[in-house]
Amino acid sequence: MPESIKDIQNSIVEEFSILDGDQEMTNFYIMELGQKLDAMDEHLKTEENIVKGCQSKVWLTADVDGDAVVFKADSNTAITKGLVSLLVRILSGQKADDIVNAELFFPQEIGMDRFIGTQRSNGFAAMIKQMKMYAFALKSKIEA
Amino acid sequence: MSEVKTGIKDQLDIEAIRKEFPVLHQEVNGKPLAYFDNAATTQKPLAVINALNDYYKGYNANIHRGIHTLAERATKAFEVTRESIRAFINAKEREEIIFTKGTTESINLVAATFGRQEIKAGDEIIVSELEHHSNIVPWQILAEEKGADILVIPVFENGELDMESYKKLLSEKTKLVAVNHASNSLGTINPIKEIITAAHAVGAKVLIDGAQASAHLPIDVQELNCDFYAISAHKFYGPTGTGALYGKRELLENMPPYQGGGEMIKDVSFKKTTFNDIPYKFEAGTPNIGDVIAFNEAINFVNKHGKSAMAAYENELLNYATEKLSAIDGLDIIGTSKAKVSVISFLIEAIHPFDIGQMLDARGVAVRTGHHCTQPLMERLGIEGTVRASFAVYNTKDEIDRMVEGLDRIVKFMK
Repeated sequence: MPESIKDIQNSIVEEFSILDGDQEMTNFYIMELGQKLDAMDEHLKTEENIVKGCQSKVWLTADVDGDAVVFKADSNTAITKGLVSLLVRILSGQKADDIVNAELFFPQEIGMDRFIGTQRSNGFAAMIKQMKMYAFALKSKIEA
Repeated sequence: MSEVKTGIKDQLDIEAIRKEFPVLHQEVNGKPLAYFDNAATTQKPLAVINALNDYYKGYNANIHRGIHTLAERATKAFEVTRESIRAFINAKEREEIIFTKGTTESINLVAATFGRQEIKAGDEIIVSELEHHSNIVPWQILAEEKGADILVIPVFENGELDMESYKKLLSEKTKLVAVNHASNSLGTINPIKEIITAAHAVGAKVLIDGAQASAHLPIDVQELNCDFYAISAHKFYGPTGTGALYGKRELLENMPPYQGGGEMIKDVSFKKTTFNDIPYKFEAGTPNIGDVIAFNEAINFVNKHGKSAMAAYENELLNYATEKLSAIDGLDIIGTSKAKVSVISFLIEAIHPFDIGQMLDARGVAVRTGHHCTQPLMERLGIEGTVRASFAVYNTKDEIDRMVEGLDRIVKFMK
């Protein structure tokens, strides 16, 4: 059993609280998280896998592993890569239903729109939507 | 005895100038603001802000046809700005100055009037690879409608126009050449006098996009002999939403109206409407009175400190930034033309401009990232965009040091 979506979010909120709202440190931390994200195969970085609605390029794929959905992601910008890595950390390996129904409270708790701005916030929302759509689409595959 | 010129008297008191700009004195993300996005829009001195405030508080009224005192005052102030712009660009007559929303509308006005009337199928319009989208798209729309062709002056790797190629593009088919005085993305100052003279030799008219030049370069439309010159107030310390188009009288008089409405007419009947004289023929509807009035204070600000003294100081900032940025590992300056306004575009190896922009913002340093509305130029240079720092008279070397410090930290982290 993976750690629950709620628990992982709580850990993230705690980690960010140490940064004490310092914007520069927060950016460095997010980029550091991005650097740790598992590499995505170059052949997956196709036009088709680009998340629409992001100013930076974000590639996202979803696969089934047993009864779980596994996400892979990458971005051409370091900060966005860090942001999508947070979502991968929370949602990858979870059950499709849990992803579809997930309530993502961590962006608000860590005050994300304050330090990433409106444009990136919209892009971030687009990533979440895409992940939920993938999970929804893969649900039937898992159930079959 | 003649006075000994030390030069010190000519120097600007930057600290005093900074005091004129309230917005500069704030913290952004806990750090003092360093505003380097002046090519997008400059900040406004208190005199401009107060003028706007005074107008709405004291004499807001619709202009030109009012008989009452407030209308009289507003009309007078509005027309004072027209005269100031005339003097600012040394136009022959005040009637040659048309108020618009800004450079973009000025260019669209020419496309919709002069362009509609004069451009025919098979004619050619020449623009350059350095142009802002607003000096490309209106011509594309027109060319599409008329079956005319757009020809493009190529740009060298360093950001300078290929003038030999330009001269080869000119022919009796050329009806209009539309180029900028200075590039918003790279800072290149274009040899517009030479461009204008060559265009006139084949009978073409010339429009100059002066958006980036107005704050930094001397403008003398009579000496340049350009046919049209477009400016925006907000690029040189004035309010947004107002600007001007200069056009030679005989051209303006022959051009059809731009928009129909009040102000631009002489007499209206359902049988026949006659149009007003220039400049009013092109100023349909109630204009942006308050901002036009405040615009005058922006011109006064530039005149007070002296454009050439300001440009000399900005050039010093540009040279300083160029030297400091060049020392950063992996940093590449995009646009190294010999003559530049105070704009510096750059890229750092393996670091995306968006990341640089956001990291600098975290340190209170405002730069612009992306294609700067010059996608064809970016494509020509084989890049998606740049980080751009553009300097105004209120910027300081100390602020540049803070930007460099921020960049050093990013580079160190990314390694």
